[in-house]
Amino acid sequence: MTDVMIDARDLTKHYGPVTALKNATFQVNRGEVVGFLGPNGAGKTTTMKILTCFIAPSGGTARIGGADIFDDPIAVREAIGYLPESTPLYTEMLVLEYLEFVGKMRGLSGGGLHARLRRVVEETSLGDVIGKSIGELSKGFRQRVGLAQALIHEPPVLILDEPMSGLDPNQASEIRELIREIGRERTVILSTHNLAEVRLTCGRVLIISQGELVADDTPDELAARAGKPRFVATLRRNGHSASDIHEAFSAIGDAQSVQEQAGAAAGELIVEVVPKGNQDLRADIFQAAVSANLVLLGLEQRGENLEDIFRQLTTGAGASS
Amino acid sequence: MNQILTIGGRQFRSYFNGPVAYIVICIVMLTLGFFFWNTFFLFGRASTREMFRWLGLILVFALPALTMGLLAEEKRTGTIELLITMPVTEAQVILGKFLGVLGLYAVLLVLTLAYPISVSTLGNLDWGPVWSGYLGLFLQGSAVLAIGLMASSWTSNQLIALFVALTLSVFLWVLDKFLALLPTSAASALEWLSFDYHFQSMARGVIDLRDVFFFFSMTLFALALAFRALESRRWS
Repeated sequence: MTDVMIDARDLTKHYGPVTALKNATFQVNRGEVVGFLGPNGAGKTTTMKILTCFIAPSGGTARIGGADIFDDPIAVREAIGYLPESTPLYTEMLVLEYLEFVGKMRGLSGGGLHARLRRVVEETSLGDVIGKSIGELSKGFRQRVGLAQALIHEPPVLILDEPMSGLDPNQASEIRELIREIGRERTVILSTHNLAEVRLTCGRVLIISQGELVADDTPDELAARAGKPRFVATLRRNGHSASDIHEAFSAIGDAQSVQEQAGAAAGELIVEVVPKGNQDLRADIFQAAVSANLVLLGLEQRGENLEDIFRQLTTGAGASS
Repeated sequence: MNQILTIGGRQFRSYFNGPVAYIVICIVMLTLGFFFWNTFFLFGRASTREMFRWLGLILVFALPALTMGLLAEEKRTGTIELLITMPVTEAQVILGKFLGVLGLYAVLLVLTLAYPISVSTLGNLDWGPVWSGYLGLFLQGSAVLAIGLMASSWTSNQLIALFVALTLSVFLWVLDKFLALLPTSAASALEWLSFDYHFQSMARGVIDLRDVFFFFSMTLFALALAFRALESRRWS
């Protein structure tokens, strides 16, 4: 098998007169976690439904682990673990009963099935609710049951449609950890409209807008495209005036502009320094603070900024790539 | 085959987690009991003819309630998406669902054995027509269930599925009751399409292969249409 696990070529989907997806072409390799990003209705879910053979594209095709979605849909489905949007589960079933059902449907049985069940229950921390009916579970637990059913047959490819929606921050960070873990050896595509999420979880981002892929890059490269980094320092005033401090930082050779920012606590000052190019000014800022006898309380680099790029790319302003 | 049985088994068990199966079973047993014993002692014969006459009709009304949710509810909640994206074909999904509800129907039929058994304690019951009657019920029921599954594949609204299935199966049952109003040539064709026409001869103890073939092909036809509807989702 090749290392290209998902190979989508010119995927197009029309719903009557509406074009949901236009010539989407992309590849995802083994061991990649790719974020599929776009506003609601951009075509993320449509793409995922095509890759899982739930619907057929109007044009183009895709191969999953070498199997074509038209020629061998069963092999495609075998290779994929899928979590649809809003996690539809049989709410009247018990968690264990449900996972057993999915395992059997996936061709597991006997000892193999039980070993896998034990493993996914452990991975998704479902141990405490295994005997409860799915309808009684909180959103976070349901989401984990959804993930467990997608993982039970150890699929090489995972397709997760908004796996984080509706989770509280603790649950989200557990799931994120799990997805990163899985993404080490396998291939994961997850859709989201949460940008911070993508940064934390994904090694690559596909941005889709109005059915078209408008970007395919790492989160950092995307951020770099949007412009310069900025450095934000929080200082204790130590009796210095604002203009003194301003002067001290303006002396940094590569600094283009220094600006005081609102929101500082009493006796403190927040300063934003923008470099002339793409230089890393953190060391210079520290030195400048020391030599001016200022106490540096915090220093942060804000490489700007996925939100801006996202807005640019998905509202048409500069959607040229 | 394994997957068909897994789907069927899940469907069968899920009936007992909800109210519908219990309600249908209770209503069938109670109405049958009422209509059957109501006239039983007037006739004063140890016969189950009347039972089959009533049961054939009651089931035509009751069975669509078992099938209405089979696919419609999965479409409404979205679980169909997980089911279809498992390594199964649409045909396996349809057959699994059908086997699941057929299993529940078999349980229902077994429960109604209470009536012929109690009749046999009252007099000398001829079991031949009882078994052929049950075969007829099973075959007619299969056709009604397949029609219900087909209706359920057309919509994501259970009530619409129920209404369509009821309309179709009651229509097919009642067809031979209005033949006197029609010209003879049309009448014999319509009689051939009627459920009750084929069922009644089996309830009398006559197993005619043509009747078996009729119900069998009716079932297959409805299942094939359900398959088409489920598959057309891909191209919509």
